[in-house]
Amino acid sequence: MSQITIEPVSRIEGHAAIRLFLDDTGQVRDARFQVTQVRGFEQFVVGRPFSEMPSLTARICGICPVSHELASAKACDQLLAVAIPPTATKLRCLLNLAQLVQSHALSFFYLSGPDLLLGMDHPPETRNFFGLAAADPQFARDGIRIRQFGQQAIERLAGRRIHPSWVVPGGVNSPLTAANREAILADLPSIKTLVSAHLDRFKQTLDGHAEAIGVFANFPSMFLGLVNEEGTLEHYQGRLRFIDAGGAPVGTDLDPSDYQQVIGEAVEPWTYLKFPYYRPLGYPEGMYRVGPLARLNLAARCGTELADRELALFRELATGPVLSMFHAHYARLIETLYAVERIEELLADPQILDQRIRAEAGVNSLEGIGVTEAPRGTLMHHYRVNEDGLIQWINLIIATGHNNLAMQRGILQAARHFLTGTTLREGLLNRIEAVIRTFDPCLSCSTHAVGSMPMIVELIGPDGAILDHLRR
Amino acid sequence: MKKRRLATLWLDGCSGCHMSLLDTDERLLDLAAQVDMVFSPLADIKEFPEQVDVVCIEGAVSSAEDEARLHRARRHSKLLIAMGDCAVTGNIPAMRNVHGADAMLRSVYLEREPLQAQIPGTNLPPLRDKSLPLHHFVHVDLFIPGCPPAADTLFTALNGLLTGTADLRLDTRFGA
Ligand code: SF4
Repeated sequence: MSQITIEPVSRIEGHAAIRLFLDDTGQVRDARFQVTQVRGFEQFVVGRPFSEMPSLTARICGICPVSHELASAKACDQLLAVAIPPTATKLRCLLNLAQLVQSHALSFFYLSGPDLLLGMDHPPETRNFFGLAAADPQFARDGIRIRQFGQQAIERLAGRRIHPSWVVPGGVNSPLTAANREAILADLPSIKTLVSAHLDRFKQTLDGHAEAIGVFANFPSMFLGLVNEEGTLEHYQGRLRFIDAGGAPVGTDLDPSDYQQVIGEAVEPWTYLKFPYYRPLGYPEGMYRVGPLARLNLAARCGTELADRELALFRELATGPVLSMFHAHYARLIETLYAVERIEELLADPQILDQRIRAEAGVNSLEGIGVTEAPRGTLMHHYRVNEDGLIQWINLIIATGHNNLAMQRGILQAARHFLTGTTLREGLLNRIEAVIRTFDPCLSCSTHAVGSMPMIVELIGPDGAILDHLRR
Repeated sequence: MKKRRLATLWLDGCSGCHMSLLDTDERLLDLAAQVDMVFSPLADIKEFPEQVDVVCIEGAVSSAEDEARLHRARRHSKLLIAMGDCAVTGNIPAMRNVHGADAMLRSVYLEREPLQAQIPGTNLPPLRDKSLPLHHFVHVDLFIPGCPPAADTLFTALNGLLTGTADLRLDTRFGA
């Protein structure tokens, strides 16, 4: 069987390999996105005190450590069986939003910016953030500034930018100071203007991306995400909702603690990343997507002024849910604007400076499940402990896992479109990688992948003869 | 003067050390303008190039593949930096060493009873039984501990080395 390999996939958070299998006629028959390493958190945390879990699981991922800390702390809150102080909830929400800003900025400006601005056929030597900075310094500096705003807000809340140890079972471990509140507020107006400007600029380029929009994982699927009681955009709490490709709810909204009723996981021999699926439809039919596109498709509205205006325009792209993953870039920018507005609202709340920020308790329940919306989508931490609070069993389902089935489909769709015939062009392969980047997969989270092999792509005919090859 | 060639390599780490490098914000662009960024997870070059002046490596060595990548980086680089605790001590990936790779794989892929329970292994680089730090395999010129090291620390070290204003090797050694 003929096979094409792209390895490692670059400019995603982590590395992985893509393999394309050709049939006798040279058409792409199958596509696989492989995650090639696993760290085994599920196993090595067994026996450790649950209170270590937020800090330990933060180390799953240096890009979204805050997401893991929050999902972990929410699972731990359930072990304590306490309601955490309202200010602690608000501070955790703030932290989560700050992270949404920095992570979306990384994805859009640093990782996908080179494709979007320099073009998919730009020479690979400079098709990266530094090449982008040389070609359009202002774009790069704006991206840095927006990411920096998010990272600084995290630092002002939690003490450091990466792997802060501020989120704890029962709340957070120090209140927000008035000075730090002012410092974040002082940056907000200029950041809001920057984000709006880049959203406008991106919208104006959409016509030029028609081909990518058409084939970048553009197919019907279910979507999953959290929604709150008002049905507005939510990243920290609420209930799990599935919608179908027409936008109708599938089943009733679920308490996140019941996730196992509807989500199963399957294993394939060729990747370390498992495949979550919607149980009622079985595997692999139960494919669904999570992340910014899913969240905007699910939410009735954003709940902030500017973002709601943008969401109304976004909705004009389709009659039902927006299906092309290319528009995940668009959704990311709208969510960034929402996050900036929402941070402003939360900081304006007088209760945000309250000193009561942590509930103290021992183990009162032996099982806890914490679910949040990470920048890339729904994140689930599920723990069981013994009476002494030592971890007995855990299960983690991360956003990139939820998207695993859809990513395979998306690559297949793009490969069929771009890789017909017997000649390979470097830019074509980059397009297939670009599909992966729209999912913004966090391969750190999914235990990440590496590949030491130089990238050699071979197109092999049914008789085994090499028809073409490409190396970079 | 010919531009210095900088590479960064990601082995088994959480990417937090690379993110800390990005946390140098605009200073990173200024630095990148003075050097040639020849290889990095942020860039599209797939093969570690020759004649690299400085390579910063994040993460422990957890598979045969990691080991091969590390050796290649060592062969082609004048100065090799172990960036962050995973590279310096094994840190998080090494937490599985107590039980070994087999027990870990069985726990993750068999004991949770997923659909099609099996241990993945087709076309995948085999895991080493233990995750180990860089200096177990190659000579390391500079250790920068921290989980992750602070952005300021990374910047000071890189800027000093790449602009030739410092030889930090004199000041650090493992365990010191
Ligand atoms: S040292 Fe810490 S921040 Fe760096 S890769 Fe390891 S866990 Fe991540």
